[in-house]
Amino acid sequence: MTSYQIVVCGSIVPDPLQTLEPITTPQGPALKNEMMLPAVLDPWAGHALYEAAHLAAKAPGSKVWLVALAPKAKLQQVMMSIAQKVPFELVAIDGPAGGFTEPHAVASALAEAIRAIPGLDPSRLLVFGGWESASRGAGATMQMVGEILGITDQFQGVDEIAAADDGSFRVLERVEGGQHQVSVCAGAPALFGWATGNLPEPPNNPQVGMANMRTAMPALAKAKPAPAAGDAAAFASVALPQQRRETRIVKDMGSEEIAREIVAWIAGEEVAP
Amino acid sequence: MSEPLGGSAAAGARAGEAAEAAAGVAGAGAGVAVDAAPEVGDVERQTLEADIVCVGFGPANAGFLTVLSRGLAESPSVESRVMPGMPPQIICYERADDTAFGVSGIATRARAIRETLPDLDPSQIPMAAPIARETVVYLLDPVGASRRPFAMRAADTALRALRRVDEHAFELPTIPPFLRKHGGLVLSMGQFMQWAGANVMGGGIAQIWPGMPVASSVFDGDRVTGVRLVDQGVDHGGRPDAAFMPGMDIRAALTVVGDGPVGPVGRALDERFGLPEGHHRREWAVGMKMVVELRDGSGLEPGAVLHTIGYPEREIFGFLYVLPGNLASLGIFVPSWFDSPVRTAYRYLQHWMLHPYLWRHLEGGALRSWGAKSLDESGRAGEPRLVGDGYVRIGEGSGSTNVLTGSGVDEAWATGAMLGDGVLELLRAGKPLTRENLERAYLSRRRASWVEKESREAEHARDGFQRGIVRGFLGMALAGMTRGRLGCRARARRTHERIPTLESYYKGRIAPEEIDAIRRDSASRGLPLHDALMDRAGWPAVPLDGKLLVSHQDALLVGGKVQAPAGYADHVAFLYPGLCEGCGTKICIEMCSGQAIAPGENGVPAFDREKCVHCGACLWNCAKPHPEDPERGTIAFRAGAGGLHSAEN
Repeated sequence: MTSYQIVVCGSIVPDPLQTLEPITTPQGPALKNEMMLPAVLDPWAGHALYEAAHLAAKAPGSKVWLVALAPKAKLQQVMMSIAQKVPFELVAIDGPAGGFTEPHAVASALAEAIRAIPGLDPSRLLVFGGWESASRGAGATMQMVGEILGITDQFQGVDEIAAADDGSFRVLERVEGGQHQVSVCAGAPALFGWATGNLPEPPNNPQVGMANMRTAMPALAKAKPAPAAGDAAAFASVALPQQRRETRIVKDMGSEEIAREIVAWIAGEEVAP
Repeated sequence: MSEPLGGSAAAGARAGEAAEAAAGVAGAGAGVAVDAAPEVGDVERQTLEADIVCVGFGPANAGFLTVLSRGLAESPSVESRVMPGMPPQIICYERADDTAFGVSGIATRARAIRETLPDLDPSQIPMAAPIARETVVYLLDPVGASRRPFAMRAADTALRALRRVDEHAFELPTIPPFLRKHGGLVLSMGQFMQWAGANVMGGGIAQIWPGMPVASSVFDGDRVTGVRLVDQGVDHGGRPDAAFMPGMDIRAALTVVGDGPVGPVGRALDERFGLPEGHHRREWAVGMKMVVELRDGSGLEPGAVLHTIGYPEREIFGFLYVLPGNLASLGIFVPSWFDSPVRTAYRYLQHWMLHPYLWRHLEGGALRSWGAKSLDESGRAGEPRLVGDGYVRIGEGSGSTNVLTGSGVDEAWATGAMLGDGVLELLRAGKPLTRENLERAYLSRRRASWVEKESREAEHARDGFQRGIVRGFLGMALAGMTRGRLGCRARARRTHERIPTLESYYKGRIAPEEIDAIRRDSASRGLPLHDALMDRAGWPAVPLDGKLLVSHQDALLVGGKVQAPAGYADHVAFLYPGLCEGCGTKICIEMCSGQAIAPGENGVPAFDREKCVHCGACLWNCAKPHPEDPERGTIAFRAGAGGLHSAEN
């Protein structure tokens, strides 16, 4: 099997369990207390990273890089969890990751960092990332990374790729109606924006963590600041979606009963506790 | 030949098998013990070599790693013994999923922290502020439901008659000097640990790995040779499942045990070696807290420190620390000497918040965070063997908490910093980290320190509470004013010896027949008893507002953000199901901070890992003594993953 150079674009996001409150700062919108909040690897990018490691493990001689644009201190903290999962070499870019970045600015910074990786061979290059990452769900950022790098074979909403011995890929992309579109890609270079994939989160492996941190700490130390986004976008206002929360913990409840309660709740009917 | 320490090696029967066996002897006594961690049979375990391995990243190991990594950065000639030519390999494993997921309301003098970090600028630590004002408040009962002895009733009457009561509270005109934290800091434990951890990691010497529970020590004879990490990819019973990965063994010349009062490694060392003569771990408390976003104009200023006594029950103490950003860190302590078989912390916390003296500030606020932890209230009386072959103990689990001043974080940091200085001294001198060398480098430092001096003064300060609240306060005052020379000495009873039956606790207030009916009704609905009993005893319903006064489950979800990753075994187990079946006082259910322990089949409580906040209260809230060790209960509390995911506690 062909050996690959797989570059995963993946950054951190505030832990979605936390209370997130947008505020306006002189530099534009931001999350209140963003540096206080714990962060996690963007789940979309996480799937991409685990798929990359899985593919690399099956193709001897392959290598995985993780290119991450995030505040350096936060990235260091999250790396202590992520680095235990799968082997990779970190390429760090110091910049904001609170959700108010402009996709083109992020894509440009990521593409520049990828180009600067020594020894990259386009004929073996696969760029992975989260389908909707760093774009507030628009799915634009990874597409732009590919365009800047000149990669024309792009696949978005990917759930599965299967590499053949001749270097080609069979790709499953999500399409409307819960269906997958099946494509065949001739081979590298190619870009894959991952949906959820099929792999579970790997267990924490201390040896993997130790090996990763030998390169991660120097990468964090020499992380370059991301170029400023400039006036590329102006945010008129930012707000959280309105939500109404009613929590009840019930175990072993049948799906039909759950559905009946939800319908009744939507219809505004009284539901017996 | 090495072996893992503690019950994990001794497990003879799998949990399911033992439970079945026990069911067959229901009512016949203890039944069959479901021993500690389940076995996975002989599996090949990977091994990693390090110079120093640390268990738990709390204030103690933060102090240790801060001092050690800073010192090693200034000593480039010190080399690793396992990787010659490299700096010493120092690894710290933390159970929680992030360094920021600790829990504590902290008002501290910060002496040791400032000694380690002389240029400390509190403004650089999120949610930190200098202490500006301290108040101790005696809370009267505004609802008439709390139990108040004659002395308290008399005091209440006198204070009201003298018109010294405002909002059902009396502010003490002065604070005893031993309680004062003037010049200190209020801190968020989560934010402080996140800040300290980032500084340690930024130094590039030590590595802190969160989300990696340590299951046990590894032994060679009586020498600790490292630690074993938990198995991953196992089912609830610990049996190999998808993606099984046996816990790795980390070999190190020195294991630094700082896993707190309920950490499995420290407790297993105590079980193997025993505590020093005359020492015990019989005094505990659960601290349950919230971080509240205050309304504008709450009347509270950053740096204000408030301590309460007297309500909602006479045994329960409260605290409220005002943090920057219009936040307050507040909560209560429910001690093991509160002899109630239904001592729920959550509902008492809500009644405490609703006290008019506090509610005038809290009304209109919103819950930001919630959490709970067990506190080792034995202090120096519970000090274990601090140095052994291959290991040292630091922090709260080493008995460093000062039970007179109510201070633990700074003392824990101090013990870590002292160990850091000692280890640095040895490494720089090229001396091995042997027991003898560590006794000179660490133990001698600790014995000569202010931590030791003050903890000796405090050692018996709380003994009086064993005999009642008035003697307790009197004993504290005497010990504080005489630097420990006087006090109200009393034998500390084992925790299970203090737990009365429901019938005796509610004697004269709720008839046994009614208690039995409530018990049967709650069991049939899978609910704890405390709500029904407190309602019946006169406690008003809590007016849930969905913002600050929320259901217990919403506190877990909205405040604690509790999670449990898949692939780990249940870390709470009921060792003697036969004993549980016959137990009429299932205080484990009532006291469980996350409602993770609930009524189960055949009278044996059920554990739900997804709700556990790892407070460890089940360790000391068991009405039955362990058949082989009366100092313990019959609930196993092992290494486990997940829990709180809030960084603000």
